Amino acid sequence: MTATATPAAGEGNVVTPAAATRPVSVARGYRFEVVKLVSQWRIRLLVLACWIVPGLFVAAVSRQSTLPSDTLFGRWMHATGWAGPLVVLGFSGSWALPLLTSVVAGDVFAAEDRLGTWRHLLVAVRSPRRIFAAKALASLTVILLLVVGLAASGIVGGLLSVGDHALVGLDGHLLAPSDAAGDVLLAWTAALAPTLALAAIGLLGSVSLGRSPMGLLLPALVALAMQLAQMLPLPVALRMALPGYAFISWNGLFTDPGQLRPLLIGVAVSLVWAVVATALAYLLFVRRDFTNAQHDSTARRAVTTGLIPLAVLVAATFAIVAAATPSMGSGITKPKLQRSVATAFAHLYRMQTRQLNRPAVTEAQLRVSAACTKGDDDSATQGAGNDWRCVVTWHLPGVEAAGTAIYQLDVTSDGRYVADGDGPKEVNGYFLVRTPQGDAPNPLWQFDGNVELLSTSQKG
Amino acid sequence: MDTLAVRARGISKCFGDVVALDGVDLDVPQGQIHGLVGPNGAGKTTLLGLLLGLAVADTGTLDILGTPLGRAPAAPDGVAGFVDGPGLYPSLTARQNLAALAALRGSDARTAGIDDVLAQVGLTDVADDRARGFSLGMRQRLGLAAALLTRPRLLVLDEPSNGLDPAGKRHVHRVLDRLAAEGTAVVLSSHRMDDVEALCSEVTILATGRVVFSGPLTKLAAENRELEYRVLTSDPAAAREVAAGADGVALVESAARSRHGADAFVVRALVPAMDDLVAALVRAGIAVRELAPVVSPLEAAFLALTEQQEAGR
Repeated sequence: MTATATPAAGEGNVVTPAAATRPVSVARGYRFEVVKLVSQWRIRLLVLACWIVPGLFVAAVSRQSTLPSDTLFGRWMHATGWAGPLVVLGFSGSWALPLLTSVVAGDVFAAEDRLGTWRHLLVAVRSPRRIFAAKALASLTVILLLVVGLAASGIVGGLLSVGDHALVGLDGHLLAPSDAAGDVLLAWTAALAPTLALAAIGLLGSVSLGRSPMGLLLPALVALAMQLAQMLPLPVALRMALPGYAFISWNGLFTDPGQLRPLLIGVAVSLVWAVVATALAYLLFVRRDFTNAQHDSTARRAVTTGLIPLAVLVAATFAIVAAATPSMGSGITKPKLQRSVATAFAHLYRMQTRQLNRPAVTEAQLRVSAACTKGDDDSATQGAGNDWRCVVTWHLPGVEAAGTAIYQLDVTSDGRYVADGDGPKEVNGYFLVRTPQGDAPNPLWQFDGNVELLSTSQKG
Repeated sequence: MDTLAVRARGISKCFGDVVALDGVDLDVPQGQIHGLVGPNGAGKTTLLGLLLGLAVADTGTLDILGTPLGRAPAAPDGVAGFVDGPGLYPSLTARQNLAALAALRGSDARTAGIDDVLAQVGLTDVADDRARGFSLGMRQRLGLAAALLTRPRLLVLDEPSNGLDPAGKRHVHRVLDRLAAEGTAVVLSSHRMDDVEALCSEVTILATGRVVFSGPLTKLAAENRELEYRVLTSDPAAAREVAAGADGVALVESAARSRHGADAFVVRALVPAMDDLVAALVRAGIAVRELAPVVSPLEAAFLALTEQQEAGR
């Protein structure tokens, strides 16, 4: 028997009155997804950790005699509560945020594959598009909750343990507490952009790689690759074409004038990545066949629809940034470095003068200049390295002779440097000075600085 | 006059080179429990997926509850069920799973009848336990409860009896019978022929994506097909002699004898020949204590039809 035995239409059966197809609204789907996410112990623990651990860390480290001076702003944790949240931000950009986005966005679709609940969800919601929107919004909500927790906890921990004091910027100038507060909040806000880009990459990995662990780890791996890339001597344009650059370029908020152009480019690139990766994830998701149980990890489609467009995006962004700015070199040049060191020295010299109760001087009176060389090669005038040596010269009112001090510089490819005083020890050696917050190392002994990789801009 | 909950005509669905469904017709009236049986890979889950709106057919037309399905995968209101097992979230309790689903459909968890559906499937005692610790049978029953919560007019279930203990099976059968009596159409797939026979009034047999039979179970049983019967009598030796001499009856001498006990024997015959055999045994003064098909008529038909289809490929 190969034919059906049922009567054909019109042979006695009538069709029931039509039922409408009404998908569940995105708002209801969003609530459903948030409930599922928050019901997971690991998400609850992450939320708890993000809202508590940074504060405890900042409070504990601020009370230690030894500070994490190898971390940006770490050496100022005794001086002000605003340094702590910036130390947390530096760590978060490198490690915490990529891992958090992996756990949340990288798993939000894959979890349904793992639990075998896709069909259940499709039957209940009746719209893959709305499922995607609800999941993306729910994961974004949780990620925002985690980021806000990291920032708030670090700020509260710093302010409670050290207090609301002025912050020393990356060029040595003092930011009043209110300015420091604004810039700290701006820096955390700027870090949201690359976090969104990583979250979108997480969604893409979660959709395209299904229950494969690679899907979960994709944001963390991408972030790690970007960190490694930032350590390499890449052209500035390529550096800025990577979505994680805004995790570094917030540093520019803490100079005067602010280095805003790299920050804005970094934020814009991150947002473009977030939009493109989300759109690719959406396209992959709505084309998925949910009756085919083997569909959860179509590697070929993931490559063609996911990775190739992102590679094209890197190339396009690189080309646009390269065309818009003269930025094919390392961005670290001798004149920029000399200017940066001289500015920072002048600001910090005035701070030292105050701390030692000497007569006040102005930057204009000091007329600081710096002469830098790289290694033994006098002709080397650019590039990162720990072989930069700068001789700083300044003048004091009523003193004929100019003062000089030597610094050894370790300049990294992203433009940051650490200047280490190399004498004379009365000027930039290690000794303690009295500050309102207690004894602190001589501010001219070691300091952090930043070279703007693009040409100088004005703080808005 | 029946109203149709499902009306499928010429449904085909391919996955790459694999033809999952090939010109399938299916009619399921409201109030009917319709069984879908077939060997692994026959296309049952694909067909159930189409009914649930998880995918669209490549060709053919499919009307669900009077609504022709379009090119976008989505089932109309009133359709519920599951394929490949129920979808549950292990970090939520049974009650929370249902409450989240009720909220998703816009119902208030307090008035959605969660306690009622939990009671119907016999899960009241574990309502506040996390689904993570549930057995397969409990998960099946919770999946059914989730489907009931939407007050379906078409219920689609894939292997609903998997993992159920006898008490659980009784709960499920009772619920499905009640739903059908209230006018809900139920389409279920199962490898358990006893379940299909106990529940379904009509059955569709699929093999390699094609319908090889569709109709009432009574029609299937009446098909002109030899079955094996186990016969237990008061005098096995004499009965065996009578059977050996009966027209149209073949004694099955095999390992079956040890499996069915020394006093029983197995014969293969058509229904009329079996009627004659029983009459002959009674005439010979041999009491017939037990007479039952070794495999059910449905299972026998299933095996015969699907083997025939496989052989014809």
